[in-house]
Amino acid sequence: MNLAVQIGGLALPNPVTVASGTFGYGVEYAQLLDLNQLGAVVVKGIRRDPVRGNPTPRLVEVTSGLINAIGLQGPGVDGFIRSYWPFLQQLKVPTIINIWGTSVEEYAEVARRLDALSGVGALELNVSCPNIKEGGAQFGTDPALLRQVVAACRAATRLPLITKLSPNVVSIVPYAQAAEAAGSDALSIMNSYPAMAIDVETRRPVLANVTGGLSGPCIKPIALKLVWEAAQAVRIPIIGMGGIQNTADALEFIMAGATAVAVGTANFYAPQTALQIIAGLRQFMRQENLADVRQLIGCARAGKGRAPEATVRHP
Amino acid sequence: MTRGGAARAPKQCAGQARTAPPPVCAPMVEQTAQIIANERDTGPYFRLRVRAPLIAPRVQPGQFVHVRILPLKHALLRRPFSVFQVAGDTLSLLYKTIGQGTEALARMRPGEELSLLGPLGHGFTVPRPDGEIPLLVAGGYGMAALYLLAQRSPRKGLVFVGGRQRADILCEAEFRALGWEVRVTTEDGSHGEKGVVTEPLRAELQRRAPGRKLFACGPTPMLRAVGRLAAEHGLPAELSLDQHMGCGIGVCLACVVPIKTAGGWEYQRTCTEGPVFDFRQIAWEAAE
Ligand SMILES: Cc1cc2nc3c(=O)[nH]c(=O)nc-3n(C[C@H](O)[C@H](O)[C@H](O)COP(=O)(O)OP(=O)(O)OC[C@H]3O[C@@H](n4cnc5c(N)ncnc54)[C@H](O)[C@@H]3O)c2cc1C
Ligand SMILES: Cc1cc2nc3c(=O)[nH]c(=O)nc-3n(C[C@H](O)[C@H](O)[C@H](O)COP(=O)(O)O)c2cc1C
Ligand code: FES
Repeated sequence: MNLAVQIGGLALPNPVTVASGTFGYGVEYAQLLDLNQLGAVVVKGIRRDPVRGNPTPRLVEVTSGLINAIGLQGPGVDGFIRSYWPFLQQLKVPTIINIWGTSVEEYAEVARRLDALSGVGALELNVSCPNIKEGGAQFGTDPALLRQVVAACRAATRLPLITKLSPNVVSIVPYAQAAEAAGSDALSIMNSYPAMAIDVETRRPVLANVTGGLSGPCIKPIALKLVWEAAQAVRIPIIGMGGIQNTADALEFIMAGATAVAVGTANFYAPQTALQIIAGLRQFMRQENLADVRQLIGCARAGKGRAPEATVRHP
Repeated sequence: MTRGGAARAPKQCAGQARTAPPPVCAPMVEQTAQIIANERDTGPYFRLRVRAPLIAPRVQPGQFVHVRILPLKHALLRRPFSVFQVAGDTLSLLYKTIGQGTEALARMRPGEELSLLGPLGHGFTVPRPDGEIPLLVAGGYGMAALYLLAQRSPRKGLVFVGGRQRADILCEAEFRALGWEVRVTTEDGSHGEKGVVTEPLRAELQRRAPGRKLFACGPTPMLRAVGRLAAEHGLPAELSLDQHMGCGIGVCLACVVPIKTAGGWEYQRTCTEGPVFDFRQIAWEAAE
């Protein structure tokens, strides 16, 4: 039974990864689960310099999800290399490093710095942040800027590049295509969705930052649709994410066209989720007599795989 | 295990010196815990006892567990609670019902199961037999965080407990049973002295301050007042802070508080570097 998949040039032992910002730098989870069972470890977003992050409250629970405005707190690229890379480097599974910047040049610089490390699996470009130079326009909601940022990183590194798209767009297709055209090897879909909550007692927004990103099971149907649409518009592989908390959720993303998936918010309340999904995929494949998980990718499209009337029992 | 060996985290346990960024604290585990008892104490407070053999024996005073209340289906996050007492394989929590999670918890019955993550965080420093005399200051459920410290401290001291009314004064008898002197205050005067808990503390420190150390857990205004008293008298103080949490294990960065550094201040995690901090480290002003 084959579970291995390829994300650009990167070989994953299985298609189940974790979502940036929900898994720290891996080391925090090492006491709770064997990281070497994962498809890949994906670390919290880093930029060139250390980032203090937003004031608190930074997170609020909502029905079937949560809204966060952490503000990308992090140690910067040097701090990351010093404090966390020695641990990550000795893992047997690939590490994907999520990066961001506030200018095209900064993205490229961080990409170049990480290119010099040995053993990095891939870089994931978080483009859901404003370009300070361009007056705050979001890299992820302007196809021309997106193209520039991907191209600049492409020129800065030979590492596989994964562009992580924002859901905050009318159609994901031009963004997926812009990333592909600029040399991205894969896409991650999706980042959290802009949202807010108000405390009716204080009559004020709950988050100090007022707005934040919605994640968790409540966004899954949205994420699934974006993966579905992007998968038909590009040839590069997609890592699907957004509210995945069990095997059936992961299968939905794969059937919609994702080559791999990432578990995010679920890590907070159920740290074993990713490992349980890997076991669940194996069981599903046994049940369905499938030799290769890749047979399932995009199979929900008409003309691919099992017909819709057949009953598939999800584990 | 299919691929190579298990990746293990470097160990750094509670009580060790902290340097930023500390990878992790006392080894934690996730475990299903069966409820043994879950009964009302006074007013909105409940006592919960669970069997948690992998966690209970390793809990240090001031540490907490992150509890997944399984009947909650659409409120996803775990809830943090200080470990109140431990006995063999079991541990107890003392909790106040304030929202959907704690209310759902209060409806759970013996035999039902919770998922616990713990022991978590960096707890109190247990006093040494020849060290300072501990003065504990607790507001409301803050008493839960301080009981183990009183029990494990080789030096007995004083406990100042405060609340709005009689029903907020918890486990007074238990502290007395440990041989500690207990001073009670309530804001409405329905039990003990009328006023706030820091008033008798202030009087006590005016009477005698040197050689004493403060340990406090309770609402933030109380903690800040305790910090001010410690500063006035030049005493050490350890404060246990409350922050809303996401993961409880140091990855989401939701629970941060401003902590002084050589060059200014930075956000550190209540769940990992805390919840207990030396009051001199906390940069309260930065958060305003
Ligand atoms: C380190 C630590 C130790 C604690 N120990 C105790 C204890 O021993 N006994 C006790 O009764 N309570 C304790 N608390 C507070 C307890 O976690 C909250 O009362 C509880 O999470 C409320 O959940 P809820 O669903 O009933 O409330 P809701 O208001 O419905 O919760 C909504 C969200 O806010 C969070 N939240 C609400 N109030 C608090 C709070 N005061 N602190 C942190 N998060 C909060 C919840 O966890 C949840 O994510 C502790 C908190 C911390 C951080
Ligand atoms: C607390 C938190 C922090 C996050 N930090 C990052 C980040 O640093 N970089 C990034 O690209 N995505 C970040 N994300 C987004 C997730 O990686 C993921 O795309 C999103 O949460 C959707 O997946 P989920 O619903 O499974 O969590 C963060 C999400 C959360 C909840
Ligand atoms: S609660 Fe997630 S880092 Fe502290």
